[in-house]
Amino acid sequence: MSGPELRVVDLVAGYEPGVPIVRGASMTVAKGEIVVLLGPNGAGKSSFIKAVAGLVPIFSGKVELAGQDTTAVPAHRMVRQGLAFVPQTENVFPLMSVDDNLRVACAVLPSRMISHRIADMYETFPDLARQRRLLAGSLSGGQRQMLAVARALIVQPKVLMLDEPSAGLSPKFVSMVFSMLTDIRKTGVTMVIVEQNAKAALAIGDRAYVLVEGKERHEGVASELWNDPVVASLYLGHRAA
Amino acid sequence: MVNLQFIVDGLLSGSMIGLGAIGVTLTYSILRFSNFAHGDLMAWGTYSTLLVVGAIAAAFGQVAPIGPLSFGWPLIFAVVLGMGFTSVLALFIDRILFARLRAKGQMVIVVMASFGASMALRNLLEFIFTSRPTYFNRAIQMAMPVGLGIRITPDQIALLAATALLVVGVHLVLTKTQTGRSMQAVSQNMALARVVGIDVSGVIRVTWIVGSALACFAGVMVGVLVQIRPLMGMDMTLPMFAAAILGGVGSVPGAVVGGLIIGLAEAAAVQMVGAEWRLAMAFVILMAVLLIRPIGIFGVEER
Repeated sequence: MSGPELRVVDLVAGYEPGVPIVRGASMTVAKGEIVVLLGPNGAGKSSFIKAVAGLVPIFSGKVELAGQDTTAVPAHRMVRQGLAFVPQTENVFPLMSVDDNLRVACAVLPSRMISHRIADMYETFPDLARQRRLLAGSLSGGQRQMLAVARALIVQPKVLMLDEPSAGLSPKFVSMVFSMLTDIRKTGVTMVIVEQNAKAALAIGDRAYVLVEGKERHEGVASELWNDPVVASLYLGHRAA
Repeated sequence: MVNLQFIVDGLLSGSMIGLGAIGVTLTYSILRFSNFAHGDLMAWGTYSTLLVVGAIAAAFGQVAPIGPLSFGWPLIFAVVLGMGFTSVLALFIDRILFARLRAKGQMVIVVMASFGASMALRNLLEFIFTSRPTYFNRAIQMAMPVGLGIRITPDQIALLAATALLVVGVHLVLTKTQTGRSMQAVSQNMALARVVGIDVSGVIRVTWIVGSALACFAGVMVGVLVQIRPLMGMDMTLPMFAAAILGGVGSVPGAVVGGLIIGLAEAAAVQMVGAEWRLAMAFVILMAVLLIRPIGIFGVEER
């Protein structure tokens, strides 16, 4: 039996030495699974996935991607290792065209695959194909999120991590983003989603972790976590039925 | 009646400013600091080219010039080596000085360090070569009439053509290649560039190589058409910054267009107002751009 696609063990990470934001958090994500990371503001959710992506210094603990130790791998090499990350904000290059935003991510692909992968993305996201010549900065919030996800998927990652994909979007675009993520799950990509919109995220997730003060406090099947009265009232902002 | 000769003079001067401004604009947009030592890299490139030309002359004797030009293959060979040397020098300065200060995250300190590097480079050049002007070639070229009272020398035509080729080449590299796209990406969002797999350190190295190689070529142009002096880079600093800002920081075509506008304005000022106003033109244009359109001609405002 193959091991987990992503395994994080006792991760301690932060921006300043001696000031950890993530304090010994662990997570295991199986191949093809969607894991949702929830928690109150300031719990360290974004710092956790940024540390996994190589963007926040790791002080101790271990990150394994498809069985490979990637704890000390710098951010720009994580893509080659198979991990793609979509930041919460400023996740497109605004003064580059939609097409160039996709092409710039192809640096890690063999040149013979580039046009094929770009065509695949335009087929998956026809809205982007129509706007390929436009500057990414002129797109709406939802379209930018779509472009950021397409850019992450273009390298066919083993694991896709998204930091609050619905943040700052209008309700119309929030449903568009979650519908897009539901479509992506059909392709079998393993996903880790940090999200404040717990209900929508748990609806598409398989399992979920609740991070509090830099450490996971609860873990379970997504639908059960939503109905857990303690977790629901303490961390998810609603009362379970 | 206005003598249109200022157009040729302005285009030549503007080409030199524009080539230098490409390095200034790339350094500013990618490394986020104003490198006041850029003009001195230009001077070092010119002197290194001069040394290679001298070494070739010592080894092979005087080589006949190419056709109507004042120079032969030794200068072409030497400028290629000079561009390589200037790139290595820029990478060396970045490694021992700028990179360490950049890591501390305070860009004001990096800018101040570039002032220091400028003074050190300039004084070292003066110490080695003295402040006396020197030349690639002392032969006087006859300018050919091309109509409307304009005259131009074969060297000027060749250098304008070489500038056009270099600018088009750099523009194509920056817009059509993966390296160029990576440079644009780093200039827009360094953290996101890392996320998409771009080696930011590699992009920074390419930025220094391209900028300093072009500075060397611009310096050699000054050397061929005017003269070589240790202060030649310092004299170009204000016009180069004015050109980069006028064109729009980060835009290579903008830097070149900005350079040409400043070159033409300077040449027009010399002819119509007086030579003492030449240097003031770059300053006047710089102030006007900052007041009227701070993002420059080709600058794009983000939404």
